[in-house]
Amino acid sequence: MKAVIITFPGSNCDQDCLWALREKAGFDVALQWHRDSSLEKTDLVVLPGGFSYGDYLRTGALARFSPLMKEVIRFAQKGGPVLGICNGFQILLESGLLPGAFLKNTTLRFICRNVFIKAEHHDSIYTSAISKGAALDIPIAHYEGNYYADTATLKKIEEEGQVLFRYSDKDGNVTEKANPNGSVNNIAGICNEQGNVLGMMPHPERAVDTYLHSCDGLALFKSLYQSLK
Amino acid sequence: MQVTEEVALEHGLTKNEYAAIKSILNRTPTLTELGIFSVMWSEHCSYKHSRPLLATLPVEGERVLQGPGENAGAVDIGEGLALVFKIESHNHPSAVEPFEGAATGVGGILRDIFTMGARPIALLDSLSFGELDNPRTRYLLKGVVNGISHYGNCVGVPTVGGELQTMNKYKGNPLVNAMCVGFARHEEIISARASGPGNPVYYFGNPTGRDGIHGATFASEELGEDKEEKRPSVQVGDPFTEKLIMEASLELIASGCLVSIQDMGAAGLTCSASEMAEKGGLGITIDLDKVPQRAKNMTSYEIMLSESQERMLAVCQAGKEDVLHRILKKWELEPCKIGYLTDDKLFRVNHKSQEVACIPVHDVAEGAPVCEVSAEKPAYVQTMPTYNEGVSLESWQDALQRLVAHPHFASKRWIYEQYDYMVQTNTVVRPGQDAALLRLKDSDKAVSVTTDTNGYYCYLDPEKGGKIVVAQAARNCVAAGAQPLAVTNCLNFGNPENPEIYWQFQEVIKGMRQACQILETPVTGGNVSLYNETRSAEGKVEAIYPTPVIGMVGLLENVARYMTAFFKKENDGIYLVGKPSENLGGSQYLKILNGEERGPCPEIDLQEERKTQQFILRAIRKELFSSVHDVSEGGIMIALLESLLWSGKEWGALLQPDCSVKNRTAFLFSEIQSSFLVSVGRDKEKDFLEQADQAQVPVVYLGKVTEKPAICWEDDILHLAEMRSLYEKALENTVAQ
Repeated sequence: MKAVIITFPGSNCDQDCLWALREKAGFDVALQWHRDSSLEKTDLVVLPGGFSYGDYLRTGALARFSPLMKEVIRFAQKGGPVLGICNGFQILLESGLLPGAFLKNTTLRFICRNVFIKAEHHDSIYTSAISKGAALDIPIAHYEGNYYADTATLKKIEEEGQVLFRYSDKDGNVTEKANPNGSVNNIAGICNEQGNVLGMMPHPERAVDTYLHSCDGLALFKSLYQSLK
Repeated sequence: MQVTEEVALEHGLTKNEYAAIKSILNRTPTLTELGIFSVMWSEHCSYKHSRPLLATLPVEGERVLQGPGENAGAVDIGEGLALVFKIESHNHPSAVEPFEGAATGVGGILRDIFTMGARPIALLDSLSFGELDNPRTRYLLKGVVNGISHYGNCVGVPTVGGELQTMNKYKGNPLVNAMCVGFARHEEIISARASGPGNPVYYFGNPTGRDGIHGATFASEELGEDKEEKRPSVQVGDPFTEKLIMEASLELIASGCLVSIQDMGAAGLTCSASEMAEKGGLGITIDLDKVPQRAKNMTSYEIMLSESQERMLAVCQAGKEDVLHRILKKWELEPCKIGYLTDDKLFRVNHKSQEVACIPVHDVAEGAPVCEVSAEKPAYVQTMPTYNEGVSLESWQDALQRLVAHPHFASKRWIYEQYDYMVQTNTVVRPGQDAALLRLKDSDKAVSVTTDTNGYYCYLDPEKGGKIVVAQAARNCVAAGAQPLAVTNCLNFGNPENPEIYWQFQEVIKGMRQACQILETPVTGGNVSLYNETRSAEGKVEAIYPTPVIGMVGLLENVARYMTAFFKKENDGIYLVGKPSENLGGSQYLKILNGEERGPCPEIDLQEERKTQQFILRAIRKELFSSVHDVSEGGIMIALLESLLWSGKEWGALLQPDCSVKNRTAFLFSEIQSSFLVSVGRDKEKDFLEQADQAQVPVVYLGKVTEKPAICWEDDILHLAEMRSLYEKALENTVAQ
């Protein structure tokens, strides 16, 4: 099982994703530089977190023009799984692979802490191995993670089952209090209509062993590994 | 502009120094040369007031790979691995422009680490501010935290620790000290020492602008009423470029194409070029027309003195330029060859086809005359009132309630949750507890990192205070189960030309020296920040407390054995390892609650400290403890409360000390040294007590962990639900005012 992680100038979770996927989830992993012109043959593409281009202009706005992103878009359009985490999610929005936009957190501060998220359904390649009803203990670390979509878009993604993760309390209840950043409908992660592209703000790669307070991120990588087998 | 003595004095040089410059050059310096001398001979770059004292600190040890003198120190942690670490101040810029001041402080300390060939793995920030009861101080704190967050988060290095103390001595001159720890294999460590005449000198990173001109000189003056006008002396940070130059530098070093590399920090191009040449006993010639510039018509003086951020200078091995070009291009950085090394030992600067400076390298880099200073014991030391039993005390419950609501003791969550403390996925013990602990992937090892200070103790008794800050940092490492290895220090003081300030400095160093020797934690480098004073409109000068900040690294051979400070189990016995006291001298209790400075500084016996620390480490390895927390400010009481609250459980404690206690408040809040608060499972108690007895370490039974969320001592009861919310919310509520 092969995963390609794309490093943009300013990516800073690429090595963390590499370690989690290789050492903890059993993938063969290659890092590709954003200027590469062709995508290696792969089962999965990961756009890691960080501050691509220093978040200048808008988060993710410049990274989408990277040469390799054309290939990633083509890969996604052909049904290839693309996982964007944090800044990777922001890049997916800017690339048009996912709908919606990000606002600054309602606290107007960067937030780094563990939160709980709940998988909305288990029919996805990203959630199939997650225990039903379980809330996953996974960290967030962002300043612009307040997901927003206009009413029509929101209605559509809700109806089509594109919302894959919501912020919840530890028992899986989706409450206002459990929403760390003001995201509409507590949205923490969404996929495209076909279900192969997922963007999520929480960092599953930061919850993969006992020294990191939680191993819950592994459930997502396991889902992928099993689904793609 | 014609250079005269008057111009030299305006540059902060003394008459003697100007005379020395003329005699070195055998002529009147050009303005560019004068600028070069003025920054290189500033306190910030030359340590001209502090060198003789710094030379007395122990710098050698089995594990020391690199002591003071390079960009950062380095220690061996076995298996061919090393930690590279340093702390540095950014006090004056942060007092004037908190966001950029703090951000560029983080940027500077990161560069000191990666120019050594080490990948930065942790940042820490020691912050000392005035009380947060006024909008100006709150504005400064918010700006500083935001600046650190902005820069550290973007670069992808976790900010895992630090501290905040709030006392009014820091009101006009807050302290922002940033520490960085990096990881390297021994063979990857590279020096800033240039070699090979003829080798090309490259510049890469941000272009040079007019920002930060005279930053080093600014750092070497007291802050006057005109501090707002100093804003142009503050630089602007660009963490995105920092990330690129960090990755590029590490790749360049790994490729083997470099001879040496140095960042342009304080005193910019001047300092990096001359120091690199000096370390190699060489000369250097640079052409300013080749230096990328972002402002038009910059003079040679401005280019040489600019402190624009995120700029690097590297000596490439002749013949390997293509490797350097390829790597820099990959990271979207422009390689600019600006000069070459020479064997004439001269620092030559050309601009617009003219030589604008020609100075012997050694004289500018190392030739600053040491200043004559004298020490005089200040009167306050003798007249300071001391604690006696006549001082009226509140009940311990009331006292705790009020102390916990003070930002000095409240949870620092509002600060550290703005920092990405998890990136790189190594943070085992997160901020908000004692020392942070990072595991090292591909090894069983973990490292503890901490910063500690106590300016108040150092004010009351500088020598004892100097001992305590080192001991306390070591205690924090030990509580995590890690062997303390070495120290980096940031020495923040007032104006050293004042004999009373110099006396404080000298005594603090005396204390630190003894502690570093006895605890076997040599000093591998650091930074001196003097002139931390404010002058009011009426001309009254107020200095900060003498504030040495100790950054320490410790080693845990097996990460699985790491220890934490919070209680783990109901019914566990709670013990004090150490000697109790009822002396409240020097305590935060008297300072915050009674509003009085009252000595004496707590006593410390370094041999006792060493013995206790070694016992705790052995006992942790034998798995005798459920939790270990060091006792420091706020005494046993604060340590107990933290051990309860950090557990995240609704637990309490039943206190039944087996020693005689005359006054419970004094007993609980006395700031005893060489002490730990530990919890022990009932099945381990016998073993623990025997081992303590054998080690001749004093132990007092304090009580046990209970399932009732209250601290009870006979009829005295303090419910914890309210304590928890006070503790968690006090800082955020104060800042949000």
